[in-house]
Amino acid sequence: MTTLLSVRDLRVWLDTARGPLPIVDGVSFDISAGQVFGLAGESGSGKTITALALLGLLPAGARTGGSAILDGRDLMTMRTAQRRRTRGREVAMVFQDPMSSLHPMLTIERQLTEHLRYQLGMSRKEADERAVELLTEVRIPNPEAALRGHPHQFSGGMRQRIQIAIALACEPRLLVADEPTTALDVTVQAGILRLLHRLCQEKDLAVMLITHDLGVLSALADTVTVMYAGRVVESGPTAQVMGRSRHPYTRGLVDSLPHPEAADRALVPIAGEPAGPESRPAGCAFHPRCRYMEPPCATAVPPLIRIDDGREMACPVDPLVASLAR
Amino acid sequence: MAFVLTHLVPGDPAVANLGDRASADPVAVRIYREHFGLDKPLPVQYFVYLGNLLHGDLGESEQSQRPVSTDLAEYIPATAELAITSIVLACLLGITLGVIAALNRNRLSDQIIRVVSLGGMSTPQFWLALVALYIFFYKLSWVPGSGRLDAIVLPPPHLTGLFTIDSLAAGQFDVFANSIQHLILPACVLAAFNMGLFTRFTRSAVLEVLENDYVRTARAKGLPELTVVFRHILRAASPPILTVVGLAFGNVMTGTVLVENIFSWPGIGQYSYRSATALDLPAIVGVMLFVAIVYILVNMVVDILYGIIDPRVQLA
Repeated sequence: MTTLLSVRDLRVWLDTARGPLPIVDGVSFDISAGQVFGLAGESGSGKTITALALLGLLPAGARTGGSAILDGRDLMTMRTAQRRRTRGREVAMVFQDPMSSLHPMLTIERQLTEHLRYQLGMSRKEADERAVELLTEVRIPNPEAALRGHPHQFSGGMRQRIQIAIALACEPRLLVADEPTTALDVTVQAGILRLLHRLCQEKDLAVMLITHDLGVLSALADTVTVMYAGRVVESGPTAQVMGRSRHPYTRGLVDSLPHPEAADRALVPIAGEPAGPESRPAGCAFHPRCRYMEPPCATAVPPLIRIDDGREMACPVDPLVASLAR
Repeated sequence: MAFVLTHLVPGDPAVANLGDRASADPVAVRIYREHFGLDKPLPVQYFVYLGNLLHGDLGESEQSQRPVSTDLAEYIPATAELAITSIVLACLLGITLGVIAALNRNRLSDQIIRVVSLGGMSTPQFWLALVALYIFFYKLSWVPGSGRLDAIVLPPPHLTGLFTIDSLAAGQFDVFANSIQHLILPACVLAAFNMGLFTRFTRSAVLEVLENDYVRTARAKGLPELTVVFRHILRAASPPILTVVGLAFGNVMTGTVLVENIFSWPGIGQYSYRSATALDLPAIVGVMLFVAIVYILVNMVVDILYGIIDPRVQLA
């Protein structure tokens, strides 16, 4: 298992009317080939911005810091033209809403083959053959006919499959999937997730799965990183982070999930509102909502500390972390 | 045909009204009575006119003493050449500027383009025409000031009546160059307003499209920016632009009246001006009919293009 992408201290500021606003604040993680890397967190925690930063698709006026090393090359400092060539070929992305992520007026053929022809220099015939292959791979029935169709002729789940086929066309090594199932029916979700999992294993593809749905992550991800207010609060193997979560925020997320074996148990919501980028508290951003808050939490940003079981977490109050820090 | 008929209705009372005012001129009254039976009740006149129209008879022009349809056939190609050139110029410039403005929203280039487009829309056409003539004809002598060709140049063999196309078809490149020289200034003056209009519309249409996820999808494929702009963004932004281009044919037709007179361009605009001042009613109605037909045809074409551009329209 080799590390494909290594992100260190990634920072993103977005341009606002009141000056640059930090959205992602020093995020680090590693993604390995053939594995599903899960990035979890509530809306506004900076998950999507992290992904867009990796592809260089941030909105105009955004500034970035830190590094993202893919094959010894730093994505964050690449020049624009070079960066563009990595998109689709090395890092591809599937977006949340399949209804709006495909061009409504272009045929599936055009959308599925234009980057094959541009990036890989295929002829129209080669690209069409590859397109049929791709649609078969993502289980679109009758792929030849589908190529001639337009997005509005397909259901949400089918469109998401087409999006995945488009993303996979140039055989990228990292597939970033931003909430790929959020906009879909539950029954369709499972199919899309199985597809991602199969692709990941068959093609030795690294998948970065961004979601707020911890159920999805615990089923699919090999490692999980939990973000809150632009920072990583806990990360490690899924079994540890999801099964035996230690950080108060992660635990809060897990406790707020419905549990099939304890249907009569009341769900425990996390008190308070998530901190938006404009109003992030000082110190540990979670401290105003935290049951275990102690005075230092409100002033010092807790560092990520690696503890025995292979996880890292940022909580000075946790007894294990406290004992290590001593 | 039903459309043509409805568009004719407002034209017909005008015939009666103006005819009454023209009674100060006994010659005109006599001619009208003889040729059009103005002494008959209005509805009868109307149906007589319609009956003639069905046979392609638009009546006879009082000025030229020829059938109005013959006059129109002579003047339409000149106007068509001018109007089409000006629309094409306005499209090329306006859409390009609009895209540039939208992609550089609120930056310097956007501000400059805003000034240019608002200038184009708010400058009175007659003033622009006179200033353009003064600068490019009188001062710089870059272009000839009037007509479609120099007096010593023979028109190319008649094919479409558009001198630029006919001369190219006949391989007379000197005639082509000469006709372009004559065409360019009036076409630019006529294009100024629409250029500004198209720029504004393109800018807002593109800005709306830019918000869409599929633009990000296109970029995520690593396509070059020009492909993203032309294939993905402009395609999606084209329906509203197309609508306004279609409507612009209307203001171009009114614009020709002024521009053709200032530049001595022998087209429908001049013809209608002469007819209107001479109260040449059959000619006026003929011109109105022509403009209405152009307008309807253009907007029909726009509707058909909607279906080609956006496949979802066919389902609706």
